[in-house]
Amino acid sequence: MTDLTAFRDELRAFLEAHAPAGLRGASGMDMGYWGGRKSAPPHPDSKRFCEMMAERGLTAPTWPKEYGGGGLEPEAAKVIEQELARLRLPPPLTGFGLTMIGPTLLQFGTEEQKREHIPRIVRGEIRWCQGYSEPNAGSDLASLQTAARVEGDEMIINGQKIWTSYGDQADWMFLLVRTDGSAKKQQGITFVLIDMDQPGVEVRPIKLISGASPFCETFFTDARARMKDVIAGMNNGWTVAKALLGHERNMIAGVFGGSAPRGGARSGPKYPLAELARRYVGDVGGHVADPVLRDRVAQMSMDQACFLLTMQRNADSMKAGHRPGPESSIFKIYGTELNQRREELTLSIRGPQCLGWEGEGFSGEELEQTRTWLRSRGNTIEGGTSEVQLNIIAKRVLELPD
Amino acid sequence: MQLVLTEDQTMLARTAGAFMTEHSPISRLRKLRDARDERGYSLEVYRKLAELGWTAIAFSEDDGGLGMGLAEIVLVTEAMGRALAPEPLIPSLLLAGQALARAGSATLKQTWLAPAIAGEKVLALAHLEPGARFDLAKVATRADRVTGGYRVSGEKHQVWGGQLADAYVVSARVSGASGEREGIALFLVPASAKGVSSTPQVRVDSQNAAIVRLDGVELRDGDLLGTAGNGYAVLADAVDRATVALCGEMLGGASEAFDRTVAYLRDRKQFGVPIGSFQALKHRAARMYIEIELSRSAVMAAARALDEGQADAASLVSLAKARLSETYCQVANEAVQMHGGIGMTDEHEIGFFMKRARAAEMTFGDAAFHRERFAALAGF
Repeated sequence: MTDLTAFRDELRAFLEAHAPAGLRGASGMDMGYWGGRKSAPPHPDSKRFCEMMAERGLTAPTWPKEYGGGGLEPEAAKVIEQELARLRLPPPLTGFGLTMIGPTLLQFGTEEQKREHIPRIVRGEIRWCQGYSEPNAGSDLASLQTAARVEGDEMIINGQKIWTSYGDQADWMFLLVRTDGSAKKQQGITFVLIDMDQPGVEVRPIKLISGASPFCETFFTDARARMKDVIAGMNNGWTVAKALLGHERNMIAGVFGGSAPRGGARSGPKYPLAELARRYVGDVGGHVADPVLRDRVAQMSMDQACFLLTMQRNADSMKAGHRPGPESSIFKIYGTELNQRREELTLSIRGPQCLGWEGEGFSGEELEQTRTWLRSRGNTIEGGTSEVQLNIIAKRVLELPD
Repeated sequence: MQLVLTEDQTMLARTAGAFMTEHSPISRLRKLRDARDERGYSLEVYRKLAELGWTAIAFSEDDGGLGMGLAEIVLVTEAMGRALAPEPLIPSLLLAGQALARAGSATLKQTWLAPAIAGEKVLALAHLEPGARFDLAKVATRADRVTGGYRVSGEKHQVWGGQLADAYVVSARVSGASGEREGIALFLVPASAKGVSSTPQVRVDSQNAAIVRLDGVELRDGDLLGTAGNGYAVLADAVDRATVALCGEMLGGASEAFDRTVAYLRDRKQFGVPIGSFQALKHRAARMYIEIELSRSAVMAAARALDEGQADAASLVSLAKARLSETYCQVANEAVQMHGGIGMTDEHEIGFFMKRARAAEMTFGDAAFHRERFAALAGF
C-alpha cells in the first residue's frame, strides 16, 4: 500500500513536471497515439510523451521489465490511469501492438522473438495490424486460403486479407496463412509476422457506411516473411490465433462497451444521456419531459451500470485467483450491443437533428454522432460476430451438442 | 466493494445448496399446494433453517444475531430460490425482523425478535393495501390516538407469510392522507390480539399470503416501533433489504429453471437429434446465460452496497430488482417454451418456476417501478 502511494506521488510529480503542456486536458479518443513509422501523430507532442513514458516502462506497465515493460502489478497500472486522468492526459500509446500481438508474443513467443519485437511495441516504433479475415473466411475463419510456402529461411506468401483495421497505416502485420492444404482446416494454419514495407504487399482502404475507411484490403503477391517470425511453429497457428482473439474481444468490449461516453467524459455528468435528453426534449418538474425517453434512459443507464459491475466482478474474481473462462464472450456480445443501443437511443433523443451528414443546420457534435452511430454497427460484426460468440457460449459454457 | 465470494461465503453457499437439495425437492411445494395446506410451508424445515443459524445471519450480535449481512443472506435465499422453498425467511426476518431490529424497543425485541431469530415465532409485515400497487406510503389503515395507546383499523392484502404468523408489523396512519410519507406509524400487533383476523389468499405461486384485517385493535404506546409518524423510513429500509434478499431468491430460481432447460435441450431428441443442437435454441439459451450472469453481479453489488452503507445503495437495489424481475420472468417463459408441450403440464415442475417468477416480480415493485425509482434517485 505504501509502495503504491510512493509510486503515485513519484508519478504525479513526474507528470506535473514533464507531461507536455499541449496534451494536458486533451484526453479523448481522437488523441490516441498509435506510434509507427507511417501515421501522423494526433498532436505534435504525442511522440515525445510516448517516448518519455516508455523510458520508464509506463506504456506497458504490467509487462516484464526485460522487454521494456514496467514490471508492475495491475494496481499500479490503475494508478497510472488515474494520474493520467487527473491531468486529462491521453494514454501515451495505444494500438494493436499493446492490446493484441504483444500479449500474444509474451504468451507464445521465443526469447529471441520477444527481445526483437516487444521493445519496439513498447516504444511505439512499430504499428501493427491484424491479417485474419479473408473474403471467403469471415466467421468461418479457419477456412482461410492465403497460402505460404517455405523457401530457405523465408516464407513466400500469396493471397488476400480483408477488414485489416488501419492496414494503410501499419508497419508490420501478424497474419494467418495456410501452410498445409491437406490437413484438417484448423491444423494447416501458421501464425507469422511480416514487415509490410515491401513490394509484394499492397494495401487498399475500404470506404464504409460511416464515410470513414478504418479497414483495408491487403494483397500479397510473392510477399516475403522470415521463418524466424513464425510464432509457435509451423501449422500451430490456430491455437495462437484463438488466444489472440480473446485479447481482441476484451479490447473491443473495453473500448466500445466500457461505456464511458466519448471524449473521456469521466469528469462529466454521471448520466450524460439524461443531460442530453433534457437538452433536446426539455425538463418538466425535474424530470426529462418525455416519459418514454426518460424510461429508456433509465434502462440504458442501469444496463450500463450492470455491465460495468459484471466487468468488475470478473476482475475481482481473477484477482482472487480464479481463472478466466469462456465467459469473456459475454463481454464482447453485451458490451458491443450496449454501445449500439446507446448510439440508437442518442439518435432518438436528438430526433431529426440526428440526420446530419455534413454542412449547415447541424452542430459538430450532431454530425460526429451520425458517424459514430454508423460505426457502432460494426461492433457486433468485427472480432467475431455476436452470433459466433453465442455459438461459443452454447458450446463451451452450456455444452450444448453440435 | 469486492464482487467475489470469501471462503466463508463459498462454504455457506455450498451448505445452503446441499441442505435445500436434501430437504426441499419441488415435490414438497406440490404436496403443500395439493393438500391446500393452510400454512403453505413446513415449520419443521423452517426450524432447521434456524438451527443452521440462517435466521440469525442479518442481525447484530447485540440483537442475538451473527453480525453478517445481505451478502450472506442472498446466498441462502438463492439456494431457497433454486428449490422454490416456501419458508418465510424473508417476511419474518428481513421485513418484520429488520423493522424490529432498527426501530423496536428492547422489550419488543426481547418478546418478538429473539424468538423470531430462534425460529420459534414467525412474523410478517402487513403493509400492502388494496390498490396501493407498490407504493409504501399508500396507507389508509388508521391508528387513532386513545389514552395510553392507539386504536387501529384497516385491511392489508397479500401479507407474505401472514397466514398463521404469530405477530405482524403493521403500517398505519396517525396523520395525513394516504400517499403521504409523513404520518405513518409501525406497530407490533400480535396475531392473537382482539380484532385481528386473517384469511388465507390462494396465489398462483402457492406461497403463504393472507388478508389481515384489523378491526379496532387496541394497542399500547409500547407496541409502537420508533416514533409515530416517522415509520416510512423504517418501512422503506426494511423493504429495500427484503428486496435484495428476494433478488437472491429470484437469481436462484432463474438459475435453476435455466439449468433444467439446458439439461432438457441436451436430452430431448426430435428429428433424430438433441434439440439443443439447433442454433435457434442455442442462441436463446446463450442469451439467457448472459442475462443471468449480469443479474448475479447486480445482486452481489446491491447486497454489498447496503451492507457497507454506500450512498448509492438504493439505486443499486432498484437496479437489481428491475433486472431480476425481467431476467426471472424471461428465463421462466423461455424455459416453458423450450420444454414444449410437457412444459405446459401441471405434472412437470418447470411451470412452478414461471408462477413464482411472476409473484416475485410483483413483490416490492416490478421492473418499470424500479426504473422510475432509479431515474428519480439519479435526479432525472
